[in-house]
Amino acid sequence: MIWRKARNCEAVPLAELEPAGFEEFREAVAAGVRAGFRISALFGCPERRLGGEEGRIRIFAALTDDFSGLVLLACSSVRESFQSLTPDCPQAHMFEREIHEQWGPRPEGHPWLKPVRFHDSYEGGRKSPEVGCADFFRIHGEEVHEVAVGPVHAGIIEPGHFRFQCHGENVHHLEISLGYQHRGVERALAGGPDRRTIHLMETLAGDTTAGHAAAYCQALEALAGRTAPPAALSLRGIALELERMANHTGDLGALANDVGYLPTASFCGRLRGDFLNMTALLCGNRFGRGLVAPFGSSFGLDGRMAADLTRRLDSTFKDVENAAGLLWDTSSVMSRFEGTGRISTEACLDLGIVGPAARASGVDRDVRRDFPSGVFRFVQIPVSTWETGDVFGRAIVRWLEIRRSAEFVRRVAASMPAGDRVAASAPALAPSAIAVSLVEGWRGEICHAAVTDRAGKFAVYKVVDPSFHNWFGLAMALRGQQISDFPLCNKSFNLSYCGHDL
Amino acid sequence: MFDEIAARIRQGKRTIAFPRGEPVLPELFRGLPAFGAGKCAAGCRRCMDACPCGAIEAGDGKPAVDMGKCLFCTDCAAACGTGGIGFSREHRIAASRRGDLIFRGGPPPEVLALGGDRGILKRSFKLRQVSAAGCNACEADVNVLNTVVFDLGRFGVQFVASPRHADGILVTGPVSRNMLLGLKKTWEAVPSPKAVIAVGACAISGGIFAGGEVMNGVDGVLPVDLYVPGCPPHPITILDGILRLLGRAG
Repeated sequence: MIWRKARNCEAVPLAELEPAGFEEFREAVAAGVRAGFRISALFGCPERRLGGEEGRIRIFAALTDDFSGLVLLACSSVRESFQSLTPDCPQAHMFEREIHEQWGPRPEGHPWLKPVRFHDSYEGGRKSPEVGCADFFRIHGEEVHEVAVGPVHAGIIEPGHFRFQCHGENVHHLEISLGYQHRGVERALAGGPDRRTIHLMETLAGDTTAGHAAAYCQALEALAGRTAPPAALSLRGIALELERMANHTGDLGALANDVGYLPTASFCGRLRGDFLNMTALLCGNRFGRGLVAPFGSSFGLDGRMAADLTRRLDSTFKDVENAAGLLWDTSSVMSRFEGTGRISTEACLDLGIVGPAARASGVDRDVRRDFPSGVFRFVQIPVSTWETGDVFGRAIVRWLEIRRSAEFVRRVAASMPAGDRVAASAPALAPSAIAVSLVEGWRGEICHAAVTDRAGKFAVYKVVDPSFHNWFGLAMALRGQQISDFPLCNKSFNLSYCGHDL
Repeated sequence: MFDEIAARIRQGKRTIAFPRGEPVLPELFRGLPAFGAGKCAAGCRRCMDACPCGAIEAGDGKPAVDMGKCLFCTDCAAACGTGGIGFSREHRIAASRRGDLIFRGGPPPEVLALGGDRGILKRSFKLRQVSAAGCNACEADVNVLNTVVFDLGRFGVQFVASPRHADGILVTGPVSRNMLLGLKKTWEAVPSPKAVIAVGACAISGGIFAGGEVMNGVDGVLPVDLYVPGCPPHPITILDGILRLLGRAG
């Protein structure tokens, strides 16, 4: 058995993770996925940075078991190529494309080995094709046509390219080609941590500032063998749930807008801002910049602020309840939501879909319950699921989560621990170790995997935004739909471009 | 329908009085940099060394902050520890000239109203937004100007879907290599006379991504008429900048 079992945020010495032969590694990952585990991360790191042989790439796998709450770690080492896992295990498809694009080794037998982000490789000098120039999947036949959308979209949104294969209004296939937002974040993170690191985390996906910052802080604290003070952990929990409520509320409004139901669209536009202003109450910034910091933050929540926060939360929550309630009571909205953009439970499980999109298809998974860390070990949030897997399912799950997050914030704000906000000193990181940190961001599981070199610096810092798993879910949801329903389906997932492109 | 009317009454009128009335900003709002009354200790570079973006020049007795690079993150204030550097609650920090963003104290920078043939944009200004590797925070706080709270439409300013319908573009993000062509093509598709607004530290200087796989902002790619600093800027700061660019705010 090649697995080293670990907990969320446990630093594991690389010495306890001997590279397995690739065939054994491949079989173990495939068997793990067959047994119901998920691939939370599968990534490469040059052996040179770990004191190994020049020209080889270490491949790390982090599988997660939602039932036992364990993270299963294993690794192997490859040179120019390896046998692709994807034919046996579709969840691996993006990860293998990424390994090839970043480091060079070729997954032989990969069914569609296309660029992920269109950048030159970090090792081996492989040049990327021009962005968007890929071998798109095509359907041929009479009256079949192709619709290309983007990278610049008709709104204030991030860029990406969508290619639809249509027959009349009917979409047979949607291919999503991203990379326009690629800023080279992972390359900038290697060699860290340094004074830029936390700010790169906060801007990985700006709407998930608290989520990515929290995942980073946990990874760093695990490697340093030090936790943040209880007051900082509570504040982190509040920041995460405010972020969730803000985005979910905004999404309910945007869904209403996309079916032309303006009352809720208008109300939720304002209410989303009210949640952001609650975050600004805590730290001065609407997105929580600086609120979540390694080993604790200088920002805190005193009694007066807690009372103000709770008062605002109660008032805003009632207005959200009112605005969201209109959706469920309006038959013209419901007829557009119900049955649109359905994705089956099986497809979610096969593709490793996470977050509200998975929960709306009856997949009962939530990092806050399954891999609890920080304040979530002490204050539980019930998991919200729905069975229909359609736009309505993804909308109602958001509303259920808003309710439960509001309850959580009230509870935590009412019992803020006393004591220090920041740990006394920041110790050095464990050398030659790996820590996997999981956080339930508002879009789903955020996975950060930090691997340190012999000097205790990041040999590689892997970021897996929930969007990395879920973009393909959107493509699946569009199959057999009308192309005119794309905006609605897209909004019901509301995925991150920059979180994917890094 | 009665439910909608009841909800409308319940949710109330939410449009803010700005620019006639003063905006309501959070108590901890981080606006225009502020410096302590006294001089810095000779040779002290703590704020400069702590800055993640190299935005601070620890000069002779007083630091200078390049707001075009600044994330308004408070790392400098924490490193200083003597109150020598920090942030005020002044939200008017947009500027017409890049050089004016280097702040050494004194009044906020100046925004010059569009003149010449661009003066006609004053009462009807249509913008095409281009996210060029923005992290979706600037985008979100530009988007929020369309909500009932800010009601951008009342100023004759509107975000449109096509560059052909636009009088200018508002750019966010450090301009990734992969968005360079998309940005240029969008700009070329906008008919003259036209203007460029760069929103956020990334769009002005590359921000935290400067030196990575990006173009370090819009400067050098397109001629910028208005710089709005912040990470992200508060919506009020963006709105104030746009209104002053149009010569419509006192």
